[in-house]
Amino acid sequence: MSRTPKTSVFLQRASYRQRRLRDAARLVPCLGLILWMLPLAWPVASASQEDAVRSAGLMYIFGVWLLLILLSAGLSRWMRVIPHDPPPETRKQP
Amino acid sequence: MGKRVLLIEDEPNIIEAISFILSRDGWTVHIHEDGTTAVDKVRAMPPDMIILDVMLPGRSGFDILRDLRGDDTTKSIPVMMLTARGQDKDRELAMRLGANLFMTKPFSNTEVRDHVRDLIGA
Amino acid sequence: MTTFNALIVIALAYVLLLFAVAFLAERRAARGHANWLHSPLIYTLSLSIYCTAWTFYGAVGYAARSGLEFVTIYLGPTLVMVGWWWILRRLVRIGRAQRITSIADLISSRFGKSTQLGMMVTLISVIAGTPYIALQLQSVTLSFAVFAQAEGVFWQQTDFNRTAIWVTIGLAVFTVIFGTRNLDANERHHGIVMAIAVEAVVKLLALVAVGGFVVWGIAGGVPQMLDRIDATEIQLWEQDSGRWVGLIFLSAAAFLCLPRMFQVMVVENADEQHLHVASWAFPLYLLLMSLFVVPIAVIGLELLPAGSNPDLFVLTVPLDQGQGGLAVLSFLGGLSSATSMVIVATLALATMVSNNIFVPIWLRLQATQQATMSGDVRHVILLSRRISIAAILTFGFLYYRLSGGGTALAAIGLISFTGVVQILPAMIGGIFWRGATGVGAGLGLMTGLLIWMWTLFLPSFGVDAVISQSVMDSGPWGLHWLRPQALFGITGLDPLVHGIMWSMLLNAAMFLCGSLFSFPGPLERLQGAQFVNVFDHSTAAPSWTNASTGAEDLLIMAQRIMGSAEAQAIFEQEAQRQGKVGYLPEVTLEFIERLERELSGSVGAATAHAMVGQLIGGSSVSVEDLIAVADEAAQILEYSNRLEAKSKEQERTARALRDANEKLTALSIQKDAFLSQISHELRTPMTSIRSFSEILREGGTNGEEQGRYAGIIHDEAVRLTRLLDDLLDLAVLENGQVELHEQTGTLADLLDRSIRAAGLHDGVLEIVRQSSDEGILITADLDRLAQVFINLISNARKYCDAKAPQLTIRVGQAKGRHVVDFIDNGSGIAAEHQSLIFEKFSRLSDEAKAGGAGLGLAISREVMHRLGGDIAYLPEASGAAFRVTLPDTTAAAVLAET
Repeated sequence: MSRTPKTSVFLQRASYRQRRLRDAARLVPCLGLILWMLPLAWPVASASQEDAVRSAGLMYIFGVWLLLILLSAGLSRWMRVIPHDPPPETRKQP
Repeated sequence: MGKRVLLIEDEPNIIEAISFILSRDGWTVHIHEDGTTAVDKVRAMPPDMIILDVMLPGRSGFDILRDLRGDDTTKSIPVMMLTARGQDKDRELAMRLGANLFMTKPFSNTEVRDHVRDLIGA
Repeated sequence: MTTFNALIVIALAYVLLLFAVAFLAERRAARGHANWLHSPLIYTLSLSIYCTAWTFYGAVGYAARSGLEFVTIYLGPTLVMVGWWWILRRLVRIGRAQRITSIADLISSRFGKSTQLGMMVTLISVIAGTPYIALQLQSVTLSFAVFAQAEGVFWQQTDFNRTAIWVTIGLAVFTVIFGTRNLDANERHHGIVMAIAVEAVVKLLALVAVGGFVVWGIAGGVPQMLDRIDATEIQLWEQDSGRWVGLIFLSAAAFLCLPRMFQVMVVENADEQHLHVASWAFPLYLLLMSLFVVPIAVIGLELLPAGSNPDLFVLTVPLDQGQGGLAVLSFLGGLSSATSMVIVATLALATMVSNNIFVPIWLRLQATQQATMSGDVRHVILLSRRISIAAILTFGFLYYRLSGGGTALAAIGLISFTGVVQILPAMIGGIFWRGATGVGAGLGLMTGLLIWMWTLFLPSFGVDAVISQSVMDSGPWGLHWLRPQALFGITGLDPLVHGIMWSMLLNAAMFLCGSLFSFPGPLERLQGAQFVNVFDHSTAAPSWTNASTGAEDLLIMAQRIMGSAEAQAIFEQEAQRQGKVGYLPEVTLEFIERLERELSGSVGAATAHAMVGQLIGGSSVSVEDLIAVADEAAQILEYSNRLEAKSKEQERTARALRDANEKLTALSIQKDAFLSQISHELRTPMTSIRSFSEILREGGTNGEEQGRYAGIIHDEAVRLTRLLDDLLDLAVLENGQVELHEQTGTLADLLDRSIRAAGLHDGVLEIVRQSSDEGILITADLDRLAQVFINLISNARKYCDAKAPQLTIRVGQAKGRHVVDFIDNGSGIAAEHQSLIFEKFSRLSDEAKAGGAGLGLAISREVMHRLGGDIAYLPEASGAAFRVTLPDTTAAAVLAET
């Protein structure tokens, strides 16, 4: 069922910004997933003791974690600063 | 006794003028002023020819002509139409409906007289 | 024993503190001071029940055994939280819009309020959740035992059991007290949420304190700690990509599907905005909780004797270092983790068991006994919830007793996760895909449950406990491809990853196929639309109160479907019929039937029946559901209305074009008619003039005839001149180029003048006047006004067909203006012609004797408009009657100025 859009095609600048922030918010977990999949390429511990992942690997995992937290915090802060779309039509009172 | 011409016209002055012209030429002129009863008048007493004005009270001359041409007793009576509107489409309409002649007012007396002679003689 | 007794006292004091906190929070909320309870911080902290005793103690042990893999348990939830815009936001919105009480309720509600699905999800949750509760009991008893051991007392099984019983009873009391105070899930459990928030802080503080002590107190700083980590025997990275990916997925999915997580995340959510903060604050909490796990594991392995249980390093390391206080704090952290998890999990499971299993069965039993339900259902539901809480905790305890609290139990954590994750396909499919059906969800859940039990849950009891070694090795009945850890002959996989993979794959496949090949019922389809399009017709604002369905709700719903005006009309009509004022009638059976009929005109009978039935019947479909459904129906209607409007619009345009064309044609016809009329009017006198002048020229006429014909020629020439004058006059008037010469005089004088000028010398027309009224002083262009009067008088003279023509001129007032009426005693003008007489050349054809052109009235009208007055035909009079409305003198003055 096709539904014609309720909002106009061109948004106010603030609304546009708000939407892009939402896009960014959607991308954060994808970024996290990619970064946290990189350890799969790390050398196997048992193969060679010298190459084994040590505290650096630990730091990497936690570094990515911190990055995601900061990104998410920043995005949610910006989302609150920039005004939202006008609220959807409120319920009509009889 | 001259042949009978029926003049269907509502303008008194024009009636008087045509009556004068045709009477002087030896025709018997009958007058009918009303459009609605004109066809009945013709049927009741078919004349030798009809002079028919287009703008008549009650009914248009074109309608009368169409009725006359649609009736066996009257369809062969020569009809000369007169109009003061002077538009080409009126002429076309008159000829298509079966008028023998179409004259625009104001007319010249001799013209009227000659046309009547032609139509009755024919 | 003193330390141990002190520990008991501290633990009891802590528990009392929690009771107090919960009690105070409840009381504040009851007094309406709940604002600070509704803060994003409390919400974030309440999410921390994800970190159970299993993770509090177990993470260190996990790290000691498997290195960095322990962190996957936290990475999944972190991804879910930072990606809240994808799923969490939708879940929270649906939970609010649909007034969801549990994850079983979510699935059941989504798939058409299916009782069976609700039961199925509840069953899965209970099977997967009970061992987890047992795990918490184990960790608490173990931690007590550690302290006892430090005192030199080695606990026997009975000691463990006794402790477990007391813990269980305490938890049951707490949960019953604070978990079943309110019936409606939307009236949130402030006490419990507050208590678990406090516990969240305690367990974080405890772990961070132990971690800080380990890093700075023992290792001597961060760099030294990193060196020790590099030197440790722990293999931080044992590459098993299957486990790494599988566990991140598992923890993320479990975070969404665990009944207790759903409870705090969705059901207890007070404000959608809290997700903004929780999206980063909870990952931060998780990061802090896991930051010191590896250091504690490394130091514990170094310091403690070989063979020490690494699961208890968090307690044993401080104890070993003589940090009794720190150890107690750590113990409280573990206790907090265990109790908060058990409380919320029990509450969530009890709600599910009560709502999805107990109450439906009870209602069915009731229905068979008596036709109408009576009594307080509320009481029954609360009781069933309390019984459920007790039952679930009892199950947990029994599981703990039977499993013997060994390592088998420790392994149950991830297996339990895998169990609840079986709900994921139905949940995600349900909230994103309108095509998902209950049949698909049921098939998926069943399949997932069976495979999970076969591959993971039953083998978890240990070899030969449920599944014999021979079955493990060669499959049941010799069916090799059904081996629990090598389904379809795929071997070499980690058993957990194997179980996750097969259960999720087949679950999702069955769900998809079932959905594709089944057809959902109407309610299911409506609910599907509701869930998937939740953002289209709900707001983030807190939902309105759960008022019993009244006329107002019905009206709102009806308005959504039928449009405000029509719905209000129906309601108003009904209210009037009942003798009430306004729009809200009593909701009587007749009215409902009538409304249903009205609605079925808009949405079809079945839907209308379902909607009204549900709304009135007070069944589990909420008012919001119906309104949202109505919205959707209204949108469809609106869409088709728009189409209709569009075609109407086209029709209108076409009609406008047609009209314009007709108008143009009419104008051109009018122009033609006008021209031929003018031609006629001009040529007729000219014909007479020409004809008679020719007659005179030809001669042969007598003197009388000559005089008469000359007279005709003269009259016709005059007529021709007058016609030309009129035409010019009208042209000037119509173009507005007329110059008005204002004079002042009495009406009587003006009428005298007009009558004289109208040429009534023949005496045919008698004029009747009332001179007494004619003393009015007029300021206007009197010549023009006289022109109008003359025209009217001469018209009467020409056209009045009475035997004794008479014209009455009457002066009066109408609407505050002076009027002059000209009324003759003739037959008047036929009604169909009355509108035409003021048009140009409208000389009516049956008035054959009319000499003049029909411009007189047209000119009169133009003149009166110019003067600021009016002329109109008076239809009610006996003869022809015209009313001239005299110009307002002030108006005339203004006109003169301009």
